[in-house]
Amino acid sequence: MAPEPPLLSMSGITKSFPGVRALDGVDLDVQAGEVHCLLGQNGAGKSTLIKVLAGAHQPDTGTIRWRSDEVVLRSPIAAMRLGIATIYQELDLVEHLSVAENVHLGHEPTTAGFVVRGKAARESTAQLLKRLGHPEIDPGRLVGDLSAAHQQIVSMARALSHDVRLIVMDEPSAALDPDEVDNLFRIVEDLTADGVAVVYISHRLEEIRRIGDRVTVLKDGRAVARGLPAKSTPTSEVVALMTGRNVEYVFPERPAAAPQGEPVLTVEGLSRAGEFAPLDLQVRPGEIVGLAGLVGSGRSEILETVYGARKPDTGRVLVDGKPLKPGSVRAAVAAGLGLAPEERKAQALLMLESVTRNVSVSSMSRFATAGWIDRGAESGAARAAVRELSLRPDNPDVPVRTLSGGNQQKAVLARWLLRGCRVLLLDEPTRGVDVGARAELYAVVRRLADEGLAVLLVSSEVPEVLGLADRVLVLREGTVVHTAPARELDEHRVLDLVMEGSPAS
Amino acid sequence: MTQHASPPRDSTDKVPSAAETPAWRAVLFRADVRTLSLLGVLAVLILIGGVTKPDEFLDTRNLQLVLTQASVIGVVTVGMTFVIISGGIDLSVGAIVALASVWATTVATQEFGFGGILFTAVAVGVGCGLVNGVLIAYGGMVPFIATLAMLASARGLALQITDGRTQVVTVDGVLDLGERDSYILGIPPLVLVFAAVTLIGWLVLNRTTFGRRTVAVGGNAEAARLAGIDVRRQRLYLYLLSGLCCGIAAFLLIVLAGSGQNTNGNLYELDAIAAAIIGGTLLTGGRGTIVGSVLGVLIFTTITNIFALNNLQSDVQQIAKGAIIVAAVLVQRRTASTT
Repeated sequence: MAPEPPLLSMSGITKSFPGVRALDGVDLDVQAGEVHCLLGQNGAGKSTLIKVLAGAHQPDTGTIRWRSDEVVLRSPIAAMRLGIATIYQELDLVEHLSVAENVHLGHEPTTAGFVVRGKAARESTAQLLKRLGHPEIDPGRLVGDLSAAHQQIVSMARALSHDVRLIVMDEPSAALDPDEVDNLFRIVEDLTADGVAVVYISHRLEEIRRIGDRVTVLKDGRAVARGLPAKSTPTSEVVALMTGRNVEYVFPERPAAAPQGEPVLTVEGLSRAGEFAPLDLQVRPGEIVGLAGLVGSGRSEILETVYGARKPDTGRVLVDGKPLKPGSVRAAVAAGLGLAPEERKAQALLMLESVTRNVSVSSMSRFATAGWIDRGAESGAARAAVRELSLRPDNPDVPVRTLSGGNQQKAVLARWLLRGCRVLLLDEPTRGVDVGARAELYAVVRRLADEGLAVLLVSSEVPEVLGLADRVLVLREGTVVHTAPARELDEHRVLDLVMEGSPAS
Repeated sequence: MTQHASPPRDSTDKVPSAAETPAWRAVLFRADVRTLSLLGVLAVLILIGGVTKPDEFLDTRNLQLVLTQASVIGVVTVGMTFVIISGGIDLSVGAIVALASVWATTVATQEFGFGGILFTAVAVGVGCGLVNGVLIAYGGMVPFIATLAMLASARGLALQITDGRTQVVTVDGVLDLGERDSYILGIPPLVLVFAAVTLIGWLVLNRTTFGRRTVAVGGNAEAARLAGIDVRRQRLYLYLLSGLCCGIAAFLLIVLAGSGQNTNGNLYELDAIAAAIIGGTLLTGGRGTIVGSVLGVLIFTTITNIFALNNLQSDVQQIAKGAIIVAAVLVQRRTASTT
């Protein structure tokens, strides 16, 4: 493919935001008909690069060539006109419009320029959906009523409704089941066979091996490797490029003796219809129990139900043998539960506030007399909690939004530490935390457990559950299929268990 | 504690250190800039008033009048500021002021004298706030809709009570409060009430758990709920607070006008929202200051006064108000995006 000029050639792209240089001279060449994978940790600049490519961000310097001609992508529309379509991780669909209306949004088939021809729109949408292997999606349904996987198909149909030559997919498999991933790969193969180029972003190396042609690795806003062969480059080399290190995870050691004592958290027959089957589990002080399973296996729902944020259909949650009022977060918090939720920014943090106020929000009454807050005591206690978790910077007066992902997570942990919580529920604790900071977070969680906290951990990353937890419950479609000490399991065994019987295996 | 393989440094820490000045200082600076710029606008207005009508504007009586007029809407704005910081809105404040003022001045109420009028005004305000709060917090209604319904109903009820007539106050104790004899060190009692409400509002917002919860609910209601805050109860309290402020304002208006009318408090909701917004309160919630809102009220009242002294009609005043709101928000957007 070398002699042909690349379909797209970006060179020397830089982009700065206040306080951070997101892209620092990135080059990217994409050939027609190839799957070009973009790899990098969170914060490496992948999102910024694809937003530049989509015309959503303007680069500070650098040039973009499209079939050898220099172009300026002033807006998303300009990029679309060239034939560049982007499917973002957060799907940008309008929930209250139908599938067909979403697919044709902005370029509706019309009569006399403004009367929308609904039938024509539905028919062409149905054709696109058929081409994508999902003829069962009704073009007339509201997008908000569809599953995440189907919404993604609609998003793809929208991209294909334009005369697309290059399609950017940002972690398209993140929300998909294994069989849906297979369908996605089939679509990608069809597209490339037609000469469409695909820029594919994923964290999953095995996917890149399966469908990728070439790989560009980003690190700290630079392309540290360009056009590596996707199938033959050793994993260790790719990981080393991404991290500057050769190991991906560093886990703290487990204590020699298994935790004893009465369980502090007991879950009895807890269930929610359509989410997870009746579940029993116990967590002792000092113990870390992990729930492993795929997206959609009910992991987050279990944690949120234990925490009272969702009301269970059956069963109950006991702390120290005393049942909690079902469906009450306040009762759970009062009994000593604390949750570090999956969506840290949306569910845990007050982004406009300082670290201190984020840390003290669950313990305010402790520093207050008749509602009047002793701010000296408050900030002293917050400072102590922040220090104990070695959160950086160690000045708790800074706004929480200026912290890195790992330190924001520590702020959430500090909140529960300050509250004196006894059971910590961790939902995807290292999401959005880069590999370097993960090891530190694992060490913090282990240390809290050693100090007597009971921890219930949920993660989609199997190595994380196996490395951090003492005991692991493997979930498949809302049912626990296996329970074992973590040291008796390995990643392959767990993946076998979670996919057993599913069409993909 | 446990031996763990030496944790590598957190490589994304460069974000805060890249900005040379600590971010908290930038925030503090910005807050100061906002307050200072509002004070600057107020100073310019006073200058304009002093130049165009030197004798009338700077006259003690006129300044007392400006502050008295600011008191009524000012008390309403303090309550409104809390509601907006919590991510809500209260469109019914003007109508509640009207209803409270007419209910407190009916012949039957006036028989109970000073205490009866004060109690009724406050009780009607709190009662309306309770209805708003229950509908929003426990009925799951959108604040815009619930308070819009209250606006219509309260105005209707006020008209029904008065039948469109002005209800003159005959209780001397109430009327005396508006007389010059009762001024304390030259300050009208109404202004002292406004000052007290402002001070208490500032303390509650900045120094109490109630204020923290208000900010938390407005900044991120889901995070507040998962942190163990009773978000619904907090919302109820906030609309009660706004109703209480309306009740107090209604009493001040009765003193000021010497009567109760169903047309009282017309468009107060817009004035209060506008004052809070130009004072820097985010309409999306999570951020706002009492000082900013009060300065916003003083700016609007001063403009009205200057225009009246210069014989400019209210249509011109309204146009100027609109322009000021737009200018203030544009300036704020600029300071927000450059920091």
